[in-house]
Order: sequence, then C-alpha cells, then structure tokens
Amino acid sequence: MTAAISMRAAILSVLLLVISLGLWEVLCREPAGVVPAADDEYALLMGAADQEARVPPPSVVFVHAFNELSQPFYDKGPNDKGIGIQLGHSLYRVLTGYLLAALVAIPIGFVIGMSPLMYRALNPFIQILRPISPLAWMPLALFVIQDSETSAIFVIFICSVWPMLLNTAFGVAGVRRDWINVARTHELSPLRTAFSVILPAAMPTILTGMRISVGIAWLVIVAAEMLVGGTGIGYYVWNEWNNLDLASVIFSILLIGVVGMLLDLMLGGVARLVSYQE
Amino acid sequence: MSVNSLDDPFNPGSELTHGGGCACQRCAPSASALPDNSEAMLDRAIESAIVRGVFGHNELSRRSFMGMVGGGVAAAILGSLIPMDAVKAAVKDSLGPLEKKQLKIGFVPITCATPIIMADPMGFYAKYGLEVETVKTAGWAVARDKSLAGEYDASHMLSPMPLAISMGLGSSKVPFIMPALENVNGQAIVLAMEHQDKRDPKLWKGMRFGVPFEYSMHNFLLRYYLAEHGLDPDRDVQIRVVPPPEMVANLRAGNLDGFLSPDPFNQRAVWEKVGFIHLLTKDLWAGHPCCAFACSQRFASENPNTYSALLHALIDATQYSSQAENRKAVAEAISTKNYLNQPVAVVQQVLSGRYADGLGNVLEDPKRIDFDPFPWQSMAVWILTQMKRWGYVQGDLDYRGIAEQVYRVADAGKVMAEMGMPVPADPYKSFSVMGKPFNPADPEGYLSSFPLRRS
Repeated sequence: MTAAISMRAAILSVLLLVISLGLWEVLCREPAGVVPAADDEYALLMGAADQEARVPPPSVVFVHAFNELSQPFYDKGPNDKGIGIQLGHSLYRVLTGYLLAALVAIPIGFVIGMSPLMYRALNPFIQILRPISPLAWMPLALFVIQDSETSAIFVIFICSVWPMLLNTAFGVAGVRRDWINVARTHELSPLRTAFSVILPAAMPTILTGMRISVGIAWLVIVAAEMLVGGTGIGYYVWNEWNNLDLASVIFSILLIGVVGMLLDLMLGGVARLVSYQE
Repeated sequence: MSVNSLDDPFNPGSELTHGGGCACQRCAPSASALPDNSEAMLDRAIESAIVRGVFGHNELSRRSFMGMVGGGVAAAILGSLIPMDAVKAAVKDSLGPLEKKQLKIGFVPITCATPIIMADPMGFYAKYGLEVETVKTAGWAVARDKSLAGEYDASHMLSPMPLAISMGLGSSKVPFIMPALENVNGQAIVLAMEHQDKRDPKLWKGMRFGVPFEYSMHNFLLRYYLAEHGLDPDRDVQIRVVPPPEMVANLRAGNLDGFLSPDPFNQRAVWEKVGFIHLLTKDLWAGHPCCAFACSQRFASENPNTYSALLHALIDATQYSSQAENRKAVAEAISTKNYLNQPVAVVQQVLSGRYADGLGNVLEDPKRIDFDPFPWQSMAVWILTQMKRWGYVQGDLDYRGIAEQVYRVADAGKVMAEMGMPVPADPYKSFSVMGKPFNPADPEGYLSSFPLRRS
C-alpha cells in the first residue's frame, strides 16, 4: 500500500515538474530576433530585442548550468571565480559562524534550562535580541569588527544562536522529572546527571534547534554576501544581477536551494541517530 | 615577463599600447627586446614615457618617425635635448624600494573607475612593480568602511568622499587624501520611458530619483539642477541612495522614476529599453570632477614609495585612458566579468561618446566621459559649498584648508611633470555650473547667492 502511494507521488512530482517547465519554456521563449540592418546605427547601438534582459526559458538555464558546473573551480581574478569556489566561501562562512554559535548556545541553553533563576534573568535580553534581523547587525559589525569576512561570520553567528539556545533550554527544561529522580536515587553527581540523563533526553529537541539554525544561516549568508560583496554565492547573485543576467541568477537560486536541502538532510540524519522512543 | 607596453620605444615595429597578457594578434611580443630585470624595466618605462610624451601619446606618429630616422638617431636626438640618465636617476630616486608590493584596491563597477581597473589587465600596475588585486565592491558605504578598516590599501571613491571622511561626516573622522581624480564628466540623468513627455524638470514634482551616495557629485549636481528649476530637492522630490549597479533593476521595477548615476548604467538603461538619457552632466558643468583615487593619510606616509609608484601607475593609466584612440581597447579590457560585467557594446558607447539616447537619436560627444588626474582644489571648495548649502555640514568652514589637506595637488603635479604632462600653475581655476560662474575665492558669497539653501 505505502509503496503504491510513494510510486504515485513520484509520478505526480515528475508530472508537475514537466508541466511547470513546459509552461515556463513556452511563456519565456525568446522572441524571433530581428537582426538590425548594418546601416541602421541607432538599432545597432540599442541592441537587438534578443539582447535585452528577460526571464530565460529553462533550456537556456540548463545550458548555462551545464557550462558553470563543468568548470566549477576556475579562477579568473579576484572578482570572477567558478561557482564551486563561491559555494566553498559561503559554506565556510556559514559553518564557522554556525559552529561558533553552537559552542555558545548549547552550554548557555543548558544552564538556562536547568535553572529557572537564570531563565528569568536572561529571558528579557533574549526576547529583545532574538527578533532583530541579522542583517541589521551588518553596518555595526563592519564598523566595530573592521573586517568584512569576520563581520559576515558574526552575522551568521548571531542569527543561528537563538533557535539553538531556546531549543536547548526548552529541551533541557522539559526532561521528565521521573528520570532525574531516578538519577538522584542512584546518587549520580549533578554533572553525571547532566551528561548521561539530561543531555540524551534533550538531544532530539536540541537537534531540532540546530536544524532550524542551519536553515536560517543559509538564508542569511546570501543576503549578507550581496551586501558585502567579494566572494560567495551571494556575491555571485549580486554580480549577475548587475549585468541583469537572469539565467545565472536562476541557476544560482536553484543551487542555493539544493545546498540548503543537503545541509538540512545532513542534520536530519544526525537527528534520527539521537531520537528515541519512550 | 611579457609586458608588451615596455617594448623598445625607439623601434618603429614595436607596439606600446597593449599590456601584458593581451591576447590580440599584434601582440606577439618581440621577447628579445623586452627588459629582463626590474632595473632595466624601470629604465625602459621612463624612456617609453618620455618618448610617448614627445609624440603626444600618438603611436602612429611615433612609429612613422622612428621608421624614418631610425631608432638610434632618434635616441641621440632625444638624448641631446633631455638628460635621459639624469631623469632616470631622479625617477628611481623618487621611487625607491617599495615598502609594500601587494596591494588591495577597491572599486565600484562603473566606467568612472576605468583607470583603476584597466591598469590591472593592461599592465600599468606591473609596470611600476606593483601587484594589485582589484576588488569589486557592492557600494560606496562598503567601500568607505573597508577603506577605513584598512582592508583596502586604497580605493576608488567619489570625489566628495575623502572630504567627508576627513571631516568626519557620515563616518569616523580619519584623514584621507585624494592625490588624483579619475574621470571628469561621465554621468547622466536618466528618466523612465513613461516620462518621455516630461522633459521639463518643473513637471518632476513628486518623482523619485536615485543617486549613488549622499556625498557624491551626483547628489550635489541633481540637487543643483532641480533647485535651478525651482524644485526643492528635499521637499518636492524624493532622492534615494541606490548603489549604482542596482539602478537599472530599480528603474525597471518602477521603484525609481529616474536617476543621476554613473555610466555604464545610464547606457545600460537605454540598452534595456527601460529609460532614456535626459541629459549628460557634462552639459550642466563641462569638466566636473566625479570619481577619484583615494587612500588614508596613514597609508601614504607609512609607504611613501609604494604610494608614489601607485600614483605613477594611476596617472599613467588615466592619461592612457583619456586618449580617444585607446578607448576601444580599454572598453574591451574592462567589460569582462572580473570588472564591470557589462556588454562590450554598452561600455563602448560610453567611452567612445557615440551613443543612442533611447529616444531614437544617435548622439556624438567625445567628451561624454574624459579622464584627467589633476585634483583641482577649487572643485573641492565648490563641493564644500554644496555640502553646506544642503545642510550636510553646519557652521564655519575652512574651505581652503580642507581642500588643500585632502586634494593633493603637489603629489599629482610632481608625477604629472615627471611624465611630461602639463601641470596647471593655479589649482584654483574658476568655472561655471549651469552658466553661473563660481569664484573659488569667495565661497560664502557664492553660497548666499542661492535663494534655495538650508543654511
């Protein structure tokens, strides 16, 4: 039964894909280019209609994607690098900021979750800082840190810290009292209780927080790199936007989606490892 | 090393206009003739600069002359007129060993940056022993912050920016200097196609305009133009700061009704058929300054030789870019993805000055954009009057003091003289903006002559 359903779902997915690509292809077909006469200088200077920027049909995007992906690591100077190098820069920034955030958020979240006092003391700060758009930090970060690379990492740090912090606190606070009581009757030290009872029990919730964070971090890096420029997939989008080269823009949008999905799948896999049935 | 522009200047067959890495067919380098060490290279660069200067940077007349009299004779004639060895010694003396060879220079992808950008692919930095990484920057605020942070050793800036930074306006107060302009003219007012019938600025009430930065000639010229037509730029229209590369996309999206922006985005708007060129800023003020090369005072005093070499490279590149016959090669060199990332046909129209205006006309104006390194201090004074006029700065201003602190006429003049370019004697030339003369000796009088002002 379930096999039949997944089979039918797959067929439906493919069908939707084919229909939407077909519609896109038909709607965005390039108009027949009227080649201007060689003596019509104005027309030549204006460029023919097929040189105008427009949303390209999927066939053009695929050809472009193939070209880009067939040489992902070319390096033609500081402002023109292959898509692989750009993605590498973005991933480096995201992972650095994200891991730093995890190092800070999980211990603090643990403390907050364990101690109602700390929770109440820190809560007002968290509530004010949490809703700030990470990009709003960018001008301040650039000014104070005085380094665009570190500023981008800082922005990733600040946006991924909150979901991890709150989820850790929530998970730790929600560990069943019975289990802690059992630990106490076995005369486990508080530290031992934290690591061998509370941490495993809270792990699925913490992982959910980490999964949300990595998604947000990946969303934010694109915008941050568009703002600061230099390298990264966000810079790539911005650079192609300058040139109104929409085939490149669409290609990079798809690529951003694919990488984001892979990051999420990775953490999803880890989450399955630590999940448990009560 | 194959830096073809360093080929023997006395050889009628050599080609001096193409830089290293040039792929064109004529550039098969006559390897034997190229200098093989940095000393010989510098000698050659000096010889080359003098010879090119003598022939007014005209390759054709140089080559035909060398062909006629022979390189040896020409060298002897030139040697009897100019003490070559003394000049070489003087230049090397003033250059000295470079404190820093690898530099990072920021630029915003617009044609104003032409000398800073083309100096890289066309070999002008290499000619003076520098290895420069030119880094594309998303907008002026980022260029300012990266310069202040020391991430860039020097940067392409708008000519009012070093003044503003030195005065602590819209930034922390850090002494910046501007030893050379990049371009003059080269901006335009573009309106969206739907405003074809609104050529009279009096009809522009309520419209939204983009300028690239607050402390820009674009902002001050647009305000001046609107005010001359009776519109209050703060109340009757909305002036927004939009980074140049985003102008066309915003115009297409209907987010802006027009903009006064740097090329190639004016021409790109025409190419995309979303806007037309209302006027060139050259017609408001012929020869107005626009973009410049700037660095912190600290960089210049800590690395005097590097600073001097960089200035040599840029003034050389600026001079080269100003020659009409070189513009085509320059356009091809800077249109690539690494630099402007624009169609060559668009950049070509900007640099050649023969362009479509978007309304069905082909116009010709060879001075649509021009390149002239001399940082006139009277222009700094004008910029300061406009800053005060629109309330960007209050109180008494030491106009000349600031102008002379930031616009380094002496540095530029020294390099220009070494390269055989004419150096103006008085850095305070007067000029007219929209027909109204500006007397740099009386900035306050000029300021109070405007009925519309904020101070």
